[in-house]
Amino acid sequence: MATVYLVVGALVGVYIAAELAWPALNFDIPYLTFGRLRPLHTNAVIFAFGGCTLFATSYYIVQRTCYTRLWSDKLAWITFWGWNAVIVSAVVTLPLGITSGKEYAELEWPLDILIAVVWLSYMFNFVMTVASRKVSHIYVANWFFMAMQVMITYLHVVNSLAIPVGLFKSYSIFAGPQDAMVQWWYGHNAVGFFLTAGFLGIMYYFVPKQAGRPIFSYRLSVIHFWTLIFGYVWIGGHHLQYTALPDWSGSLGAAISLAMIIPSWGGAVNGMLTLSGAWDKLRTDYTLRFLIVSLAFYAMSTFEGPLMSIRTVNALSHYTDWTVGHVHSGALGWVAMVSMGAIYHLVPRLWNTELYSTKLVNTHFWMTTISIVFYISAMWVSGIMQGLMWRAYDEQGTLMYSFAESVAAMHPYYALRWFGGTLFLLGTIVMLFNVLMTVTRARTAPALAHASA
Amino acid sequence: MTDNGKPKKFQEKMELNVALFMLTLAIAVSIGGLVTVVPLFYLNSTWEDRATTPDGKPKNPELSSVRPYSALELAGRDIYIREGCYTCHSQMIRPFRDEKERYGHYSLAVESKYDHPFQWGSKRTGPDLARVGGKYSDQWHEAHLLDPKSVVPESVMPRYPWFAKATLDPNCVVSSMKGMKMLGVPYTDEDISKAPAMVQGKTEMSAIIAYLQVLGTMVKFEEGKDYRD
Repeated sequence: MATVYLVVGALVGVYIAAELAWPALNFDIPYLTFGRLRPLHTNAVIFAFGGCTLFATSYYIVQRTCYTRLWSDKLAWITFWGWNAVIVSAVVTLPLGITSGKEYAELEWPLDILIAVVWLSYMFNFVMTVASRKVSHIYVANWFFMAMQVMITYLHVVNSLAIPVGLFKSYSIFAGPQDAMVQWWYGHNAVGFFLTAGFLGIMYYFVPKQAGRPIFSYRLSVIHFWTLIFGYVWIGGHHLQYTALPDWSGSLGAAISLAMIIPSWGGAVNGMLTLSGAWDKLRTDYTLRFLIVSLAFYAMSTFEGPLMSIRTVNALSHYTDWTVGHVHSGALGWVAMVSMGAIYHLVPRLWNTELYSTKLVNTHFWMTTISIVFYISAMWVSGIMQGLMWRAYDEQGTLMYSFAESVAAMHPYYALRWFGGTLFLLGTIVMLFNVLMTVTRARTAPALAHASA
Repeated sequence: MTDNGKPKKFQEKMELNVALFMLTLAIAVSIGGLVTVVPLFYLNSTWEDRATTPDGKPKNPELSSVRPYSALELAGRDIYIREGCYTCHSQMIRPFRDEKERYGHYSLAVESKYDHPFQWGSKRTGPDLARVGGKYSDQWHEAHLLDPKSVVPESVMPRYPWFAKATLDPNCVVSSMKGMKMLGVPYTDEDISKAPAMVQGKTEMSAIIAYLQVLGTMVKFEEGKDYRD
């Protein structure tokens, strides 16, 4: 399902990108407007694609590394159906305009409750599986999954606190600056724990497995794990620089964001150096290419992010496309690519067969990498351009550009970004094809047929 | 982490005991939230209308004019949220010279004190709207919402023709106001009982325009005064 949702999520993304370049595509239809589809795109790629990838891989990894079966198959199936019910509900409710108005938390309160039930079932099942492990020590990948599970529980509960005023409408109990801080504590940690810690867990299993070598440094994993999960929580304030929050909030956010480069790069380094003495594998192992390049993008994004949290930089970048570029370098470069590596590793093993086509994996790899370069370059140029145009003065001391002029200047970059996104989408279709062909041609085997797809 | 034995012992304890690990995680990840979020609830510096002069008088009495949204404005706000306007428009002016010229006085926290949820936004595909109130006529807003390109040729904003056709549901507005009241927004019972009459028969267009026209207008700022650090 992760593979399917990746195509769906990318498709919505490509559509809304097209709407920005060619607004006629809104077609005067309420359900297709950019404002209503954007949350569908973000929820689809983060929670549908990202979520399914996390569930599938963590259920697989916890069993492999604990040398035991899942504590409860039934509970796992409940999480599968429950999560997919949430996703389908999102597809219905969001275009209808049923939204809480809070980014990455738009799903309204009945769905929030369903999410909580699924999530707690998942966490409980996972922890009980770890508790019944046949080895004494808990493997590093599972530390990251557990940290993610704990934090997401906090985040979801607190940020969804709202009073219902209708069956599908509610108001956040927080307001103004307090709501802003809660929202971005949530928003940044959704990235930090769902999209980073969780996927680092994935990395910590699939990189050594695919490379056939142990993780570079145990000690590094311990240190960067604790500093990462402790520090990430403090930096939500960097989304609110120069806004109506007290000064100390932004300063704290910026300072700790910069400090976070170290634990983040610790993870990237640990993963990459696992390949020490085996770099030649990258010449022939295309799955490994995804995994290693994802770490390069991870290192890049975790450098760019702290850079953008510095006030001086943020004064230019905030509200511009640069933020969008940064998000996608992390989302496409790190999250999507490490997931693709994991899925290409996982699928043949789950069906006890070989991939339908390794050549297509390589095709997919290049399509993905090139598409990401197009996307982020377009956004870097447009973002910085916007920032500069908005603050430009002429010799008379008046503003040089009207806002509308800056919008007009964006068009070629919106088109270029759409192109990058489309290339990425085509890559995901190649992957879906490859996975489906692999699965349908496989000789069925009883071995690992239980793990959800 | 200076001694070889210590980190290993703590870490070993964690790796051997999942319950202890989870508990430690729960504590470790809660600290950042407590430090960054909780102070905003007890520090007076969060709200500019709580600032006092050395002899204890309110420093910014003009900020008391921030009021809850009227029934029509609140209905308009709900439409703003429904349509996802915040995905392209911010409502937070920063203390920069170019933003002051383009949008007006920088936004204060107190101006969004009744905004459940806040709508500061995080992207400016379109211009900031924090002080759009009073800048354009109602007719301009109507023309713009029905067809943005007709008044701004460079615009990439979608058209919203259904605003003119849809009428407001008085019951919805009443439940909204009651909900807000529960959250501490000072609506009186009179406000709520008068609400249906205020919105009866009105279109979504008039609601959203009412909302846009009030944005940023509630405070009469004193020139040159420092409201924030």
